[in-house]
Amino acid sequence: MNLFFQQVINGLTLGSIYGLVALGLTLVYGILHIPNFAHGALYMVGAFMTYVLMIDVGAPYWTAMAGSAIIVATLGILLERLVFYPLRHSPPIHHKIAAIGVLLFLEASVQVFWGADFRRIVSPYHGILRFEGLIIPEQRLLIICGAMTLLIGLQYFLRKTMTGATIIAMAQNRDGAFLVGIDANRVAMMTFGISGALAAIAASLYAPINLVYPSMGNLVIMKAFVIIILGGMGSIPGAILGGMIIGFAEAFGGFYLASAYKDLISFGLLVVILSVRPQGLFTKGAH
Amino acid sequence: MFYKLGSLMMKPGAKLVLVALAILFPLVAKNEYQVYVMATAFIWAIAVYGLNIITGYCGQLNLAHGGFFAIGSYALGLLTADYGWNFWPAFVAAILISAFLGFLVGAVSLRLKEHYFAIFTLCVGFIIYLLLDKWEELTHGAIGVRDIAAPSGFGLVDFSETTPFYYLVLVFLVLAIWFMGKLSRSLLGRTFIAIRNGDELAESLGINLMRNKVLAFILSTTYAGLAGALYAGMIRFIGPEVANINHTFDMITYLLVGGIGTISGPLLGTMGIVWITQSLQFLEAYRMIIFGPLLVILVIFIPRGIVGSFLTWMHRKTQELGPAKRRQESKVTAATTTEAENNA
Repeated sequence: MNLFFQQVINGLTLGSIYGLVALGLTLVYGILHIPNFAHGALYMVGAFMTYVLMIDVGAPYWTAMAGSAIIVATLGILLERLVFYPLRHSPPIHHKIAAIGVLLFLEASVQVFWGADFRRIVSPYHGILRFEGLIIPEQRLLIICGAMTLLIGLQYFLRKTMTGATIIAMAQNRDGAFLVGIDANRVAMMTFGISGALAAIAASLYAPINLVYPSMGNLVIMKAFVIIILGGMGSIPGAILGGMIIGFAEAFGGFYLASAYKDLISFGLLVVILSVRPQGLFTKGAH
Repeated sequence: MFYKLGSLMMKPGAKLVLVALAILFPLVAKNEYQVYVMATAFIWAIAVYGLNIITGYCGQLNLAHGGFFAIGSYALGLLTADYGWNFWPAFVAAILISAFLGFLVGAVSLRLKEHYFAIFTLCVGFIIYLLLDKWEELTHGAIGVRDIAAPSGFGLVDFSETTPFYYLVLVFLVLAIWFMGKLSRSLLGRTFIAIRNGDELAESLGINLMRNKVLAFILSTTYAGLAGALYAGMIRFIGPEVANINHTFDMITYLLVGGIGTISGPLLGTMGIVWITQSLQFLEAYRMIIFGPLLVILVIFIPRGIVGSFLTWMHRKTQELGPAKRRQESKVTAATTTEAENNA
């Protein structure tokens, strides 16, 4: 039974991280209808920035995480301005190719500066909590609580503030949003900023129990895509729920089935779901 | 002056000159290595032609293309190394396997549109890589496949030598381009373009979307499988890295630089970039620092690539020239317009 709960903790941890990454991806998709293939690279840059701020600058863990979130948010805004804005009238295939170009560039640049080695971020929370025979590493608890706080905060921002409401409005109906005088450029930049910050925070939270290396974003981004397809592209609750589904599927599948094929589970799930329901699990109509 | 040169390049004879140059290349090459690089470039060009069918003509961004290249390589490698087949039967089998798997994947993935299709194929490419890496009983996992047979030369030539193999690849490349040209002028090719220009409009014209898209997908994976099998026959040792997603990204770059949806674009793009990276050896590891922004700049400023932009320019020039001149050049104009239409 304990082993079972251990997997629940693992599932929640993975689900929280995947949820955060998928949320950024789905926000951008909702606003601009761009599948941002470079999102995984933003996640990777986020982990590297935290690493650099901690090791080279000597900042404490939380400060480093905040700094990394700001840097990656700025990077996201730059991407919107320099790459996606000029492409706004192009056919959709061009967005995807440009996003791939950004992904390749970021990955190669990080590799030039820091090499392809695996690095480790040491967080101050490496203790282990014991609770009735359950072993809960502090960092995992931090990930779960941190992700929940962020999700609630973001939900509050999107639903209760005027600025947040402009994002929702634009995701719901682009033309309608223009009609009531919402500035599309501002919303697009803000969305890219939030999406970058979420990716950086997710990476910084997850990095202490994982490793930091230039291609670390590739698997995560593909899983995030699986998640937002599961949850319906552009849907915020769908991204969180989908993140949890994939997190749990991996934790339990990796434990009870075969750990070598752990990464295949989410992709297998995607193939099955898309074969049966091409429009995603929780969407009403096709996008 | 440029216009004259341009119209010269449009003449049918230009193709023959190109083929003649390719035949003479091993004789003027400084060393065997250059011939080897050229043969590799030809192999990639064949694969890029495949990508051009599904992505350039049919408009579906297929990110599993490198995966199908790997399937062709592994099919040939495993059949010859583990099951003792001869090269040629294994070669045919490898192409058929790629085509068949292309049919299966296409039948599922092409029900999805646009972004969903791109994301799905991205995942398929990754699944192929994971399977090659983890399914050790079949693929030897990370160790890869050794002792792949070279093509048997029927006692006439020895294809394990570089130069004969170069000519073998050249024959396949010429066949691939010839078929591509035929396709682009055929009703089927025009159907693909109609689908790219607008799903719904094409459907309203009575085009069966699913059947044509799957057909384009199968054609493209057949090209990928053919290129992969040739690659395995030349390198004679392959590992799961063949299926690395970066190969797909490389091919997209070649296609975009040359000109997406054109006939000579894939060849030009592949040759150009392979030789530039070869001459700047230090670039090899960091080529993506240049390729990445190059892709972005291309889609923003020159989305039609070198060949596409050239054809548009030629077309405009021909229009600008007076009617008298136009009558003289009418043949060229006809050729230009069909090409320009093809990639409009």
